[in-house]
This record gives sequence, C-alpha cells and structure tokens, in this order.
Amino acid sequence: MIRLYFAGFALLLSCLTATAQDANIQPILQEYQAEIAKSSRKTIGPVIDAIASSGSPHAQLMLETWAAKNIWMRKSDGLFFVGEKTDTKSYLLTDFDSGDVVGSYPKSDLKQLKPNSGVRAMIATALVQFQLMDPDAAKRQDALTSIQRDPGPALLAPLRTSIDSEPDPTLKAQKQRLERLLTIGYDQDTKTRVDAIEDMSGELGVDVRATLNPLVAKTLNVATGDIPTGVNVAATLEPGTDQFSKADAYDLLVAKGMAPALVSSGDMRSALAANIEGGRVGGIPVAQLDTDAARNAAYAALADAGKVPPLITQADMDTALASHVFFETFAEPSAEVTTAATDALKAINLKVGLNQALDLTLDALSLASIYFLAAIGLAITFGVMGVINMAHGEFIMMGAYTGYVVQQIIPDHTLSIIVAIPMAFAVTFAAGVAMERLVIRWLYDRPLETLLATFGISIALQQLAKNIFGTQARPLTAPGWLDGALVVNDVVSISFIRIAIFILALVFLGVFLFIMKRTRLGLETRAVTQNPRMAASMGINPGKVNMLTFGFGSGIAGIAGVAIGLFAKVTSELGNDYIVQSFMTVVVGGVGNIWGTLAGAAMIGFFQKGIEWLNPSNTLAAQTYMIAFIIIFIQFRPRGIIALKGRAVGD
Amino acid sequence: MQRSFIAKNPSVLIFLACLALFTLIVTVLSEGFGVGVVSTSFVKTLGKTLCLCLVAVAMDLIWGFTGILSLGHFAFFGLGGYMIGMWLMYERTRLIVVESLSQTEIPPTKSEIIDGIGNQIFGVVGSSDFPLIWAFSDSLFLQLAMVVLVPGLLALVFGWLAFRSRVTGVYLSILTQAMTLALALYLFQNDSGLRGNNGLSGLQNLPGVAASQDEVSLWFLWASALALGLGYLLAAWVVSGKLGSVILGIRDNEARVRFLGYSVETYKLVVFTFTACIAAIAGALYYPQAGIINPAEIAPIASIYLAVWVAIGGRGRLYGAVIGAAFVSLLSTWFTGGQAPDIPLGFYTIKWVDWWLVLLGLSFVAVTLFTPKGMGGLVDLLTQRKSPNRHGANLGPDDGALREQEASQ
Amino acid sequence: MNTLLEVSGVSVTFDGFRAINNLSFQIGDAELRAVIGPNGAGKTTFMDIVTGKTRPDEGRVIWGDKSQSLLKMNEAKIAQAGIGRKFQKPTVFEDQTVQENLLIALKKPRGWLSVLMYRPSTADLEKTANLAQEIGLLDALSRKSGELSHGQKQWLEIGMLLAQEPRLLLVDEPAAGMTPQEREHTTDLLLEAAKTRAVVVVEHDMEFVRRLNCKVTVLHEGSVLAEGSLDHVTSNQNVIDVYLGR
Repeated sequence: MIRLYFAGFALLLSCLTATAQDANIQPILQEYQAEIAKSSRKTIGPVIDAIASSGSPHAQLMLETWAAKNIWMRKSDGLFFVGEKTDTKSYLLTDFDSGDVVGSYPKSDLKQLKPNSGVRAMIATALVQFQLMDPDAAKRQDALTSIQRDPGPALLAPLRTSIDSEPDPTLKAQKQRLERLLTIGYDQDTKTRVDAIEDMSGELGVDVRATLNPLVAKTLNVATGDIPTGVNVAATLEPGTDQFSKADAYDLLVAKGMAPALVSSGDMRSALAANIEGGRVGGIPVAQLDTDAARNAAYAALADAGKVPPLITQADMDTALASHVFFETFAEPSAEVTTAATDALKAINLKVGLNQALDLTLDALSLASIYFLAAIGLAITFGVMGVINMAHGEFIMMGAYTGYVVQQIIPDHTLSIIVAIPMAFAVTFAAGVAMERLVIRWLYDRPLETLLATFGISIALQQLAKNIFGTQARPLTAPGWLDGALVVNDVVSISFIRIAIFILALVFLGVFLFIMKRTRLGLETRAVTQNPRMAASMGINPGKVNMLTFGFGSGIAGIAGVAIGLFAKVTSELGNDYIVQSFMTVVVGGVGNIWGTLAGAAMIGFFQKGIEWLNPSNTLAAQTYMIAFIIIFIQFRPRGIIALKGRAVGD
Repeated sequence: MQRSFIAKNPSVLIFLACLALFTLIVTVLSEGFGVGVVSTSFVKTLGKTLCLCLVAVAMDLIWGFTGILSLGHFAFFGLGGYMIGMWLMYERTRLIVVESLSQTEIPPTKSEIIDGIGNQIFGVVGSSDFPLIWAFSDSLFLQLAMVVLVPGLLALVFGWLAFRSRVTGVYLSILTQAMTLALALYLFQNDSGLRGNNGLSGLQNLPGVAASQDEVSLWFLWASALALGLGYLLAAWVVSGKLGSVILGIRDNEARVRFLGYSVETYKLVVFTFTACIAAIAGALYYPQAGIINPAEIAPIASIYLAVWVAIGGRGRLYGAVIGAAFVSLLSTWFTGGQAPDIPLGFYTIKWVDWWLVLLGLSFVAVTLFTPKGMGGLVDLLTQRKSPNRHGANLGPDDGALREQEASQ
Repeated sequence: MNTLLEVSGVSVTFDGFRAINNLSFQIGDAELRAVIGPNGAGKTTFMDIVTGKTRPDEGRVIWGDKSQSLLKMNEAKIAQAGIGRKFQKPTVFEDQTVQENLLIALKKPRGWLSVLMYRPSTADLEKTANLAQEIGLLDALSRKSGELSHGQKQWLEIGMLLAQEPRLLLVDEPAAGMTPQEREHTTDLLLEAAKTRAVVVVEHDMEFVRRLNCKVTVLHEGSVLAEGSLDHVTSNQNVIDVYLGR
C-alpha cells in the first residue's frame, strides 16, 4: 500500500516535472540493471515504479517494449535497447533516449528480456497511467476497458489523475463513473467510500452491482463462546430455524473441525461389515441387520467395546451447538461501508425489479405479436369463414421455406426479404386457393370432416417438406440492420427483430381491418359468411368469395411464416409448434372478431411470460399451465374474451 | 322385436369368431408355442395392433356414436401405459437392486433398497427421490387400479369442465387436443416425476418371470385379444341398448335429446370417461409389448392418427374401427419398416419410408371426401344395408349436434 | 281452472334488441291455446324461455302445483318436470327406427345407469305400438325415421312428445309444409292431446288455428297484443293493424 502511495505521489510529481525535465531512461535502467535482466514478480515492483515515475518521455515506450519482449541487453556493457530482427542471426538495436540506431548485433552478443506473465501484468498496470493520458482516444478507451475488466487498487490513483485533463466528454464521464466504482472498492477512507456508494445508489448498471455485491457477500462463521471482536458481523444465527437448520450448523462445526463427524449410514454399514465375528456383529447375527434399529444396536455394542468411534446422538449435537455461536460476517471490514452498500443495493434492486417488469412487458408484447401473427390468418379462415384448417401451421411453414428458397437465389438479405414476403404470400395464397377448391368447399357444412381432411393435408405437407428440405433446420437470415437490440439500459432491451415483428403485426391488423371494412372483398366475405344464399341471390358468387377469402387468410399465414422463420428455426415441424396456440388465440379471443384475436394473443402472450417469470427455468411448464388456464378460462367465457352476442349465436 | 343381443347383432359373433381364429393361428405359427413361422417381434406387432384396435373401438364409441371428435384418447392410452409401466419398472428395478445388495456382507434395510431403486430409476433426471405419483408403484394391484383410475379421473374432470360449458363440435376437438398437448408437455419435463423425455423403459421384461420373450409375447397377444374381445362385446352391448339410442340421438340432434329430458352433459361425460378407461386398458397392454413409453407417444398427432384409423375403417360401426386400426397401423408398419419395395421412376426413386405419410395424408383426404363411410362401407355393399334417405339433407354422422339446423340455414 | 304455467313480466334483450318485452302469459290444465303473431313477434323466444334454452333478463316463470320456478332449472330438468317441446323443423333421430325413436321418448327414468340397464318390456313395446297407431305410423315401426316423409316426421315428433307424457306441450308450427289431409290429421292429434294436457300451438296459418277452435294469444314485438277467441282477436283493430300493416 505504501508503494501505491509512493507511485501515486511520484506520478503526480512526474506530471508536474515532466515538461521541465527531459530525463533519460537508460540511467534508471542501469541503476536496476540486475533486477531488470532477471526479472521476478517479487523484486521488480520498485523498478517498474521507478521507471514509471521517472518522468522520462520514453518510459511508456520502454515499458511497452518490455512487455512485448522486444528489449535486448547488450552483453558487453549491459545497456538495454529496442531490438528488431533483421535476419535469423542478428538484431538491429535502437536506443531509447536518442531513438538512434546503434547498430546490428549477432544474437549471441545479446540477451532478450523475457518478463513472465506476473511481471507483464505489473507492467501493464504501470502502463495504464500512460494509456489513460494517451493522445489517442482509442487507446484511452482500451485502458478504461481493461480497468473495468480487471480493477485493482493500484489503478485508482492514475485514473483520478487522468480525469481533469480528459478532453473527450464521453470518456470523461466514463472515467468519472469508473473512478466512483474504484473508490467504492479500494479507497482508504471510509467516508469517501460511503459517499461514493451513495453517489452510485440507484444506478442500474451491472458494474455497480458487481462492485457492491462483493462488499456485502456474507460468510458463515462459528466461534466458541462469544463472537470475536474486530469482525463485521452481518447477523447472528440461531441453529434450528428454517434458514439455518441444526444439521447445517453441526455440519459447519464438523467442517471447521470443532466437532466429531456424524456416523453416516454408509460409515456405519462399512464399520459393521469390518467387524463381523463368526457371523455376528456386536452379538447380533448378520442376517438380522436389515433394520436400522438392529444396526444401531450392533454399532452401539461395537462402540462400547471401543472398536469404533461412538455414535453421535441428538443430545451430543445439541450440546455442541449450544457451546458455539454462529454468525455471518461481511468480507468488508467496515460496518459503515457495508450498511451503505446494503442500502444502495436495496434501492438498486427495487429499480432493477421495476425495470425487469418493464422488460418482461416488452417480452410479453413481442410474444403476443408472434402469436397474433401466427393466428391472424386463422382469424380469417376460422374466425370469419368458420373453416377449421389444421394445415394452417403448414402454410406458415411454407411461407418460411419460401423465404429460405428466395434467400438461396438472392444472396442480399435485405432484398431477399423484400422479395420473399410477396413470394410467400403468392405461394400460400395459391396453396390456399387450391385447397379450398379441391377439398374444403365440399365440406362446408361438415366442420369435423374439414378438420380431418385438412389434417390429412397437414400430414402430407409436413412429410413433403421433410422430403424436399430434409429434417435439419434451414436458416432464414435476417438482414444485418435487424441484428442487435434496442438497449434502454442494462436491464431493459429488445431486439430489432422483435420490434419489426411487432410492427408487422400492427400492419397486418391494419390490412385486415382495411380489407374487411373498406373493400368490396371484405363486404362480400361478410355477406357470404352471414347468409350465403342471400348473398348469392344478390349477385355475389359465394364460391369465388370463399376461395379468395381462404386464399387471403392462407397468404397472410405465409407472410407470418417469413417473419417467424427469421427468429425460429425453419423445419418441417415449424407449423406444429404454432397450430394449437393459434387456435387457442382465436378461440380465447372470441371467434369472428379480430379485436378478440388481438386480445387473445395479448392474454396468452402475457400469461405465458408471467408464468415463465415465476418459474424461469421451465418454459415447458409455462406452456402446460397456460393450456390448463385456457381450458378453465373457456369455462367462464365459452365464447371468448370478445363474444358475439345475439340470436345468431344463440343456436 | 325382443330378440337376444347376439341375434340382433350377428356382427359381434362373427367378429369374436374371427378374433379367436386369428389368435389361434398366430399361436400355432409362433416361435413360442408353435412351428415358428411367425417371428416373436411380429407377434408383438400383432399384439400391439390388437391393443390399437381396442383403443379404436373406444374412439368409435365417443366419435362415431356420440359425435364427439376427441383428439385426446391417445393421451388416456399413454397414461394407462405409464401407470402399468411404473409398476413394471419399479418391480424390475427392485429385483435388480435386491440382487446386487444381497452380495454385500450386511443385509440391506428397507430404506436402503428404496433409495437404491430411486437412484436407478431417477438417476437419468438427476434425482433419487420418489415423487408422490409413485406412491403405489410397489403394489401391482393398486397400480392396476391406477391404470383405470388416473385416466378415468382426468377424463372425468376434463369432460365435466368441457361439457358443462357446452363446448361442442370443433371447439371441443381443439380443446381435447390442447389437453393432450398440455399433458405431453408436462410429461416432457424432468420434474414431472415420470423421467421426462426418457420415459419408462425395459417394460417388456416381466419382473419375476423367467419365461423367454417368445412366450411372454404370446401371453400378451392372448391378453390383448381377450381385452379386445371383451371390450368389443361390452361396447356392442352398450350401443345396442337404449343408451346407444340416446348417444346416437346426442350425435344427431343434441337439442332434441335434451328436450326429451335427458341430461346430455351427463351422458357425454359417462361415455367420455368410459372410453377413456378402455383406452387406458389398451395402453396398459400395449406398452409392455412396445417395451418403452415416452411423452412423444402422447403428442396430439397420435390422437389424430387414431381418428384417421377410425375414419378410414368407417365410423359409427365397431368393426369398422377395428378394421381401420388394424389395416392402417399394419400397413404403416410395413411401409415405414422399409419392407415395401421402392418404386424407381427413372429420375427419382420413391422410397416409401419417406413417402408413406404423404400417401396416408392424401388418402385420408380422399376417404373423407369420397367415402365417408370408410372401409366399413364395403360391408354395406355385401349386406345391402341402406342408410336412410334424408331427402337431400345428407349430413354425415360426424356432424356435431345442432349442425343440421346451421347447415340448412 | 288451475294455472299450470304462469309467465309474468319477462323480458329478454339480444344485443340491444328486445325480443321479449314484459310478457305475461298463463295457461291452465288441459287447455288448448294458439299463439299467433307476425315474424319477429317473439313466439319462438317465448318457447325458448319456457323450456330453459334462453334465460330471461327479468321476470318469473312459475310451473305446476308446487309453483316451482323454471328459471333455475336446465332444459333436461324442465322436460322431466313435464314440458314437451316440438321444434319448427321436424327433429327426429333419422338414423334410428320409428320404434327406437318412440322408446327413447317413453316416460322412464332418465338417469344414465337406468338407461344402460333398460330393456324394453312387453308393456313398453305395446305402448309404442299404440302411439304409432295413433300417429299413423304403425306400419313404419321398424323403418328408419330418416326415410319418412316430412309430414310423417312431424307426426313422429308429436308421437315422441306424447310418449314423454308431458303436462304441457309446446308445438312450434306443426302444420308447416303439410298437405291439407296431413293438416287435418295433425289437428286431430293436437285436439286429442289437449283433452288430457295443456297444449300451446304456435302457428302462422289462420286457417289451421281456426280449425283448432281454441283461445288465441296474439304476440307482437315481444308482448301480448290481444287474447281471446279467434273471432275476437281478428276483429281487434290493433291486430288488424299489425297483420295488415298500418
């Protein structure tokens, strides 16, 4: 620590005097010639300090060269030079101070300085002060990053010194923040540290938590009699509570060597096995040792005979526990600091919690928009037309594969996505129209048969995709500008793809509303759905309208497929993963109402994220509970969140 | 009009005779007790097929007769398999553990044995404690009761919730599918207590039985045939009586039945639960022959295949379901097992392993479109059974209740 | 005369449309009543309320000697209590024989266990034969009911209702789509039935109602417009306005 002060002081001094004094580095090197030539972690400290604080303009160059193992000592006079290899045998030496080339020397005349990693680390620390003031902003940034990665007490002083002269405001802010963090961790003055902690309280950064957490890390400890003085006690523990059971307490005693170990059932077993005498252990026949009671008795007999250590009874344990005191200590010795750190962490955790809730909401929103995307095509075919299409998932899959194929042909990702979206619509629109014409229109009044027939198509399409594209996942790569995430702070962030999907969902909603409410097709669709005969008598061709509507719903599924393919793996099972959820979204929302689908998607998305938040490790469980919840939900609102009322549905 | 049950239903007698003959022939040709023409693995396939026929009978009862397209009966089938699998696995592991512990000098205590079994069974999911659902796994009798009780209870609770809220038609189908998916996802978890996606394995070995698989496979074949025979008889008896009339009525016109004073929900619940129990028994016989059960067996797709079998066989008649299940599942085994010859087209060779599902899917569409009566319709051609002339309102029997009105609107 | 069914102050709204508006209606034992009214007058909704299919927003529906409220019962319970209903379209179980149709309807325990164990006794078969005789379908007993003509299906449905032995029979447009002879038979059936129980017939056709020769209730916009003999109500100015337009 004293050395640190010295270094800091020397550095200040050198800063002040550097311009005045144009000291040469070679004399200092010569002063420590022996230590430098044969460097070791133990002895090199003062040497590095001396070089760093020499005020020589060449000190930084020397240290850097040293760390890079490019310093060579001329054996003849012991002077140090920068060495540059000219050919296999000889090196070109350059003087530090003058920068002049001294000449070329054969390798045999020279000795290379090879500082070990410990020494290099020390050199690096010493170099930080130079790097922090380096005229190159990128180097200063590097220095800061290296301090963040590997903070230490020695870095505090150079960092503080460098703040005032920092010209770049961004770097300056970074330096100031880092200074606060280092102050919390390493400053000598308690008051300064507490102030720094209070300054940083309420900061969301992971670095702040990483600085504070070690301060309040607790260690379990035990002492005989009273708690020793001079430790920063976090809490005194009473054995036998929920948090700290008697067994835990006794284990701690055993671990600290303050009590004899319990005889485990395995130990007892081997002890018994080792003491079989004539088919008996402690007078009990071996065959009878198949109960715990008999084993205990046999062991007790052995213990009485002194052949094994005695069994530790509950009473023994209690006595041992009673004569000891259990407590938790902070690693940080100063109580003021730990109190301030605990308070600051509490404030931070509250803020983190709020931000996590926000993050979760964003996640849920994005999941909801995915469900909405997957379900919106279904909202048309199932919700509006009442046709149940189990192959809807396969249309999503077809859309995703279309995107993949387009990307194989057009390598530019942005362009290929722009082409893929209408292509996917066209492909699935055609597939939908073909399916409607060939299968579904024969089954309009037989919904269960529609379900089965479309399921047959779904099996066939899935297997077809497997035959064409294989079973392995195909990539559908998002354009570069969709990579990355919108980072609000260290807790809240959302990836651009998800934002794009959210926007796409909104666009779909708009398109759906526009087509249904503002176009001829929408009007005719609604007319045909409500009363096909009446619509037919008014000159609408129900067959054509049904065909177009079904094609439209399928086409939207195709576009959704491209979007889903961007973040999910494109496999032949892609549709399977979405079909049940999609139907649930439509049913829960309320059939025949796009706002219902939206509400359904939102509810399912938020609910699923909510469960995942409660049990983060288990997304399977989240899905299970979500479905169970939906089944129960339908009990209370059999017609969904937004239900159509009236005689039309009064069946 | 008052004739005996058999006289009114000659098909039952024919079916039972065929089943008995089939069992006899397989036994005679088997490796275990006969001349050895039929391999043991094929005997197992046939035994499994019989179980699939039984679950198809259950499916036909609930779908073909009651009009509820349940996409959840394979879940009950799987649950039945899990229940018997728990005993098989526990007992077999117990024997192994006892055997290995008896080698040691000190005889093991009860808790040591149980810990050993737990370690063996749950080691793969990083646990060693027995979950609560294994509470009865040490008793064959109780676990056999669980085969019926657990799926039955699930069906009862789910059915009560679903029917009470008057969910019908495709909505009900989707709901049952969701139930199946939820169950499968639940079982996929490691902490479900049923070994997650590892499932239960080694079920083909009957604990404490020294007989070879050649013989065991035949025992199971006989048991499966017996179960199928009894199940078929019971189902035929149920549908031939007034209860059959009522559930057919529910299928064709739910509201009429309700206004006649029958509690439609109760009837649906009874049939749903009853068929779930039959499915569970079929599953309990199937999985010891398959040797392994895992959650993938319960996936919604399996239940949909069940509907496919029944539809291809011809719903609304019990033998149709049996024919469909046997035909499609055996054909499926043949195609996917690589035994079917490839068809070289010159530029492309059709490998049936890859193309069988495409064929199945498309033929299923064709059956739905062109022959709604399925293969059972062929029998009609022979017996000249006529379906009623509905004066143009020819609605398939699968039409959910009330659909007649809606369709003709 | 004993009141069998009393509906008072009942209103139902569908999506803002008042289908039934403060409707009150009474019928006694063994009474035949015709309910007429233009389209949308609420005739079918009225039946829906009595049979438990639709729950009214307000009002009371009181049934029988014990003055039970029907509003708390479900459709099956109401049917068991003795209210039979015939739909506008003939709804019989087309895949089953006439006899099976009648057997299902026969007044017997409705629980699933007793239904499972039920085997028709000779008396039951005789009863179905008698009913079939009454509705003119004795020859068709073993035919599938789907093969029957439209009129025969209507009769079969009436026969099923009679087999149910209800105390109140609600019949929705029984004569729709029938030939004159068939209508006559239907009239006879209803008149015969009304001797032992209450019958409410909803009908459009004035001729048919005239032949029933009973008290008539005119519904309009969800409430009772007039009540009395057919001649009385047809001379009522309000009724003329509603039927012929203002």
